[in-house]
Amino acid sequence: MARLRSFFAFWYDFVVGDDWRVAVAVVLALGTTYALSRTSAPAWWAIPVAVAVFLPYSLWRATRQER
Amino acid sequence: MKGGALFIAVFLACSVEAVEATTIILAAGTAHKSWRSAWLGSGAGLGVLALVVAVLGPAVTAVPLRGIRLVVGGLLLIFGLQWLRKAILRASGHKALHDEVQIFLDELAAAKASAAERRGAVADWYAFTLSFKGVVLEGLEVVFIVLTFGSNQHDVPLAALAALAAVVAVTVVGVVVHAPLSRVPENTMKFVVGIMLTSFGMFWGGEGAGARWPGSDASLPAIVAAVATLGLFLTVVLRRGLTVPASAS
Repeated sequence: MARLRSFFAFWYDFVVGDDWRVAVAVVLALGTTYALSRTSAPAWWAIPVAVAVFLPYSLWRATRQER
Repeated sequence: MKGGALFIAVFLACSVEAVEATTIILAAGTAHKSWRSAWLGSGAGLGVLALVVAVLGPAVTAVPLRGIRLVVGGLLLIFGLQWLRKAILRASGHKALHDEVQIFLDELAAAKASAAERRGAVADWYAFTLSFKGVVLEGLEVVFIVLTFGSNQHDVPLAALAALAAVVAVTVVGVVVHAPLSRVPENTMKFVVGIMLTSFGMFWGGEGAGARWPGSDASLPAIVAAVATLGLFLTVVLRRGLTVPASAS
């Protein structure tokens, strides 16, 4: 059981990393892009907006925790 | 992306990982002068990684391109943002810089504290396992980069060649200098790699999810430039000790 837990912990750390919110934001951005692509509206902007919002947000949280 | 760009992107990313693995191997071999065990462990690790590429390589290239771009682009974007986040924290002084000399000394102290134990054909089991783990763990990131970049460009062999060239180049330098490769501008390279992984992840992930980028492939350099500008801007802001506005772009 402990080995299984460490196996999943390794892959979680490998893929998701220090801030799970960034991974969730990426999944939401891809979902939004897909939903927009099914309409006549442009869909390309959702991912850049997600990066521009969540990267600073994640850094802000990281530096805030230091204090 | 042309073949040359694919080669450079993978070479650069894999060089960073190879430098880290080399530091671990050097520490493992130096501790008890067990170079044979350290190289055996490294060889076994490379064998495992080659097996992973041989099994997963054909599998990922068999998946339709759009599906690959969605999954791989998404993973690459998450992965790239992790790298970029850490690189910005390091560049702005909020996280300790990656110091190969210090890592080498730490690993060396741990290796020296352990007894050299023979197991079968391996004279120093600790040096073997330390090298094996170092190569496999750092190498998994290399495999990930090779498969993501290679499958997206339908050229896994070229990506694998770039990774191999990076590993060979770093290993040769490591063997020649016989010391941790502290002169390699590793933190700067990690920053550049973080920008590249994030940009390619955005581009491929967007295409996989059905987006059409303005200007098609021509938008990729603009994405790279925008991510680089954002990364540098955030580094400057954090270095000045200012709080980062959550909506900054």
